[in-house]
Amino acid sequence: MANTLQITGEGSLLQKLKYINWGLVFLIVAFASVGFTALYSAAGGNFEPWAAKQMTRFSVFMVGMIVIALIDIKIWYRIAYPLYGICLILLIIVEVMGHIGMGAQRWINLGFIQIQPSELMKICLVLALAKFFHSASSEDMKSFRFLGIAAAFLVGPFLLVATQPDLGTATVITAVGIAMFFLAGAPVWIFIAGLVAACAAAPMGWMLLHDYQKNRVLTFLDPERDPLGAGYHITQSKIALGSGGWEGKGFLQGTQSHLSFLPEKHTDFIFTMWVEEWGFFGGIFILALIALILSYGAWISLRCRHAFGRLLAFGLMVNFSIYCFVNIAMVMGLIPVVGVPLPMISYGGTAMMSVVIGFGLMICCNVHKDAKLPRM
Amino acid sequence: MALEKEKDRAEGFSRRAFVVGAFQAGFLAVLGGRLAWLQMVEGNKYKVLAERNRINLKMMAPARGQIVDRFGVPFAVNNQNFRVMVIPEQTDDLRQSLKLLQQQIKIDDAQIEKVIALAKKSPSYTPLEIEDKLTWEEVATVEVNMPDLPGMSIDMGEERHYPFADATAHIIGYVGAASKKDQETDKDPLLTLPNFQVGKIGIERTFDSSLRGTAGSSQVEVNVVGREVRELNNLQSKEGKRLVLSIDAELQRFAQQRLSAERSASAVVMDVHSGEIYALASYPAFDPNYFTGGISHERYEELRSDITLPLMNKAVAGQYPPGSTFKMITALAALEAGVVTEGTTCFCPGHFSFGNTRFHCWKPSGHGTVNVVSALAESCDTYFYKLSSDLGIKRIAAMAHKLGLGQIFEMELKEERAGLVPDEDWKKKNLGEPWHPGETVIASIGQGYMLATPLQLAVMTARIVNGGKAVQPWLAGYIGEERIKRGVWEDLDLNPKHVEIVMRGMNRVVNDQRGTAYGSRIKEEGLSMAGKTGTAQVKRITKQERAMGVKNENLPWQFRHHALFVGYAPVENPRYACSVVVEHGVGGSKAAAPVARDLLTLTMQRNPASQPIVASPVTPKKDKSYG
Repeated sequence: MANTLQITGEGSLLQKLKYINWGLVFLIVAFASVGFTALYSAAGGNFEPWAAKQMTRFSVFMVGMIVIALIDIKIWYRIAYPLYGICLILLIIVEVMGHIGMGAQRWINLGFIQIQPSELMKICLVLALAKFFHSASSEDMKSFRFLGIAAAFLVGPFLLVATQPDLGTATVITAVGIAMFFLAGAPVWIFIAGLVAACAAAPMGWMLLHDYQKNRVLTFLDPERDPLGAGYHITQSKIALGSGGWEGKGFLQGTQSHLSFLPEKHTDFIFTMWVEEWGFFGGIFILALIALILSYGAWISLRCRHAFGRLLAFGLMVNFSIYCFVNIAMVMGLIPVVGVPLPMISYGGTAMMSVVIGFGLMICCNVHKDAKLPRM
Repeated sequence: MALEKEKDRAEGFSRRAFVVGAFQAGFLAVLGGRLAWLQMVEGNKYKVLAERNRINLKMMAPARGQIVDRFGVPFAVNNQNFRVMVIPEQTDDLRQSLKLLQQQIKIDDAQIEKVIALAKKSPSYTPLEIEDKLTWEEVATVEVNMPDLPGMSIDMGEERHYPFADATAHIIGYVGAASKKDQETDKDPLLTLPNFQVGKIGIERTFDSSLRGTAGSSQVEVNVVGREVRELNNLQSKEGKRLVLSIDAELQRFAQQRLSAERSASAVVMDVHSGEIYALASYPAFDPNYFTGGISHERYEELRSDITLPLMNKAVAGQYPPGSTFKMITALAALEAGVVTEGTTCFCPGHFSFGNTRFHCWKPSGHGTVNVVSALAESCDTYFYKLSSDLGIKRIAAMAHKLGLGQIFEMELKEERAGLVPDEDWKKKNLGEPWHPGETVIASIGQGYMLATPLQLAVMTARIVNGGKAVQPWLAGYIGEERIKRGVWEDLDLNPKHVEIVMRGMNRVVNDQRGTAYGSRIKEEGLSMAGKTGTAQVKRITKQERAMGVKNENLPWQFRHHALFVGYAPVENPRYACSVVVEHGVGGSKAAAPVARDLLTLTMQRNPASQPIVASPVTPKKDKSYG
């Protein structure tokens, strides 16, 4: 009993460090290293302008991740709603700025760093929903009122992000939210009803889409429709992937990428470039890393002795997986181009930051898996 | 209780987590499967696409083959064309640079503006032409000032040049930029090169594929915007084949010059045995060098609307009533058919009545008693009028076909026309009317529907005097090293005695005091020719005109008679045949015969037949015999 108290409460720093999942940390570093290699190649064999910056950023974020993991989970539990509220306000600020300023705006420039509130919102939404469902009884989960309040957590950010417009992130947010509802034990018929309702609402949603978004969907359905325009990205990406073969064309030898046929090779289409150079084995390597990271997340979640931790860890794991799935499916031409990066591998700080914060919280759940959390 | 509840919740969560995990595993499997599909199943397809993406095949135009005469005198060559080019992205300020260049060499302000406008429309790394056809001084000036002219360079292109200009225009033709239609019918990728030139008319058109050569290629790796990254390999282009023609340049030049004394005329000189053409002239002509660089619309319209048709090769495409030059055909047909013999005579009172129609002989006072030889020599129409009804149009037409009329020889000029040898069937089919016997009468002296080209008339003469062989005319001797094979000429099965009679008549035309071309006999020692005059009516002479004695030469030019002459030389052992048509030249003896005399005289003096065509004639240095 005393042992438990030590770990969950004000356990010593050393003991806490012992509970950090170093295996997961290793997987994360391995995953990020794939990104460094790819960025080095994308710059034609140079650390500048991408790889070096990405490595620096990653190092800083890794320190942050450990710090987040060591912070008592009770604190995270306590500030879950305030954090969610701050994110919502930031989203509204961006929305208003967008209206006043120059069209689609997704960032807030704090001078030293550009924050994309929609990225932070994914984490905070998981936090907030985990806290909300933590104290839910099985009766609550059947109550419309209760589920309605929970749904409100989801609808606000969804609408704000979708109107930015950032359909990719909005989809991810929705998917993460639905997963949270499902994990928390909401009745299955709700999901079935939701699916039917979504299908029915699809035509109306179509009308709300911007022209370029409609184009992306149409082009996805038929890439040859506009091979030099909107379909160009998909077609070129598929050519690059397909021409890689078993072993790939070799490090720094990707013709599609290096002759700049491949668009956005250092950001959204980095998986393509990687596979062109490293082949099928390289692609499977990334998928295997993702599978391991997801399994680790699931394992952490299931070991947790409190609902908050279980929901938080699993939700964050799902968040990470959706990122990966959407990006890879997009570059392979399985879904329309939506502009979702491959977290930590694609160049860019925002996605990396949100994913690393997520991992920090995930590890935090493991460190504080036996914590006693109040029920409201 | 609370503990129990917590355990239930944990179990419930585990079940749900398992479902979500299963979904995730499913997604991962789909992604892995898709990857395998793209790389394994469709991998080869995408490899090809990737290669195509990466490598750009840059074609390099081959040099066009030369065209030379039988002695190697060049008719069509490639001249170097120096151009000054600019790559806009390599200049600091394009306009400034162009202004600097303008201080060095003469360039129109309009041209400067054109380059600047073009630069705005094209990628900044594409070289643009500023000025072409630079002189040596201009090239030197630009080269010397190159350090001050960043982004500029001198580029050497090739341009087709025809040294003989209008003298060979109709034979050689000219080249021009490949049109959309050319590109559709000819799938040679060379045609897609900007400004690639193909033969448009004449020999340049007929032998275009041989002259064109094979494209060289340079494989360049390019990036997505088409900028060359590096050259992967380079395949030299293969120059087009050299074409050796049967033409004698000197004779050709002389023929063209001799015809220029007339307003519109054409002439052919050929070998009666081999069929090779030594000269083929059509006046007026045009300078093909204006066409290669793109002729101005005004100049082209001027050529096109000229009533003397300078753009038409009249030697092969001009179709004229052969007039009295046709009488050899009628005579031969009659002799072969036995309608007349050498001794058959007839009286010519100056006209011939047939039914209700009176057909006039050209000599109103009549020729008196004539036989077939003197009828040819003096060109008595009445003699042929008379025998025509016994002979019939069928046999006349058959002999005309035998001797080369009414057909295309498929010689190397696609401009060739077939002329017309009418008969009953033709009239029925084309005019839907029956043949009138009176039409046979005028057909016998080469009038009416009858039409022949100067080339056909030369071939006709050759076939008569070469011992009755169906010689075919031709122009091209060698393509590269390859001799163009000609068949053995078919025997026309003419009775040599009859041929001798006709030739005797032709001899007397020129060399008998009463002959119609006696004034044009060759007086030079040891040289001689024979032939036949012809005067083809363009407009029917009305009764009124005949009564008033209106002279044909006083009519407007386009209503005057065509003047024709066919001839051969020497009289003994004929080797050269010649035909001359002077459009609206009034009379064959006055206008056409002297031209033929001059052509055949020079032909015999030069005697090109003594030097057979070789594959690679050594281009002669300029000496006294070549201007």
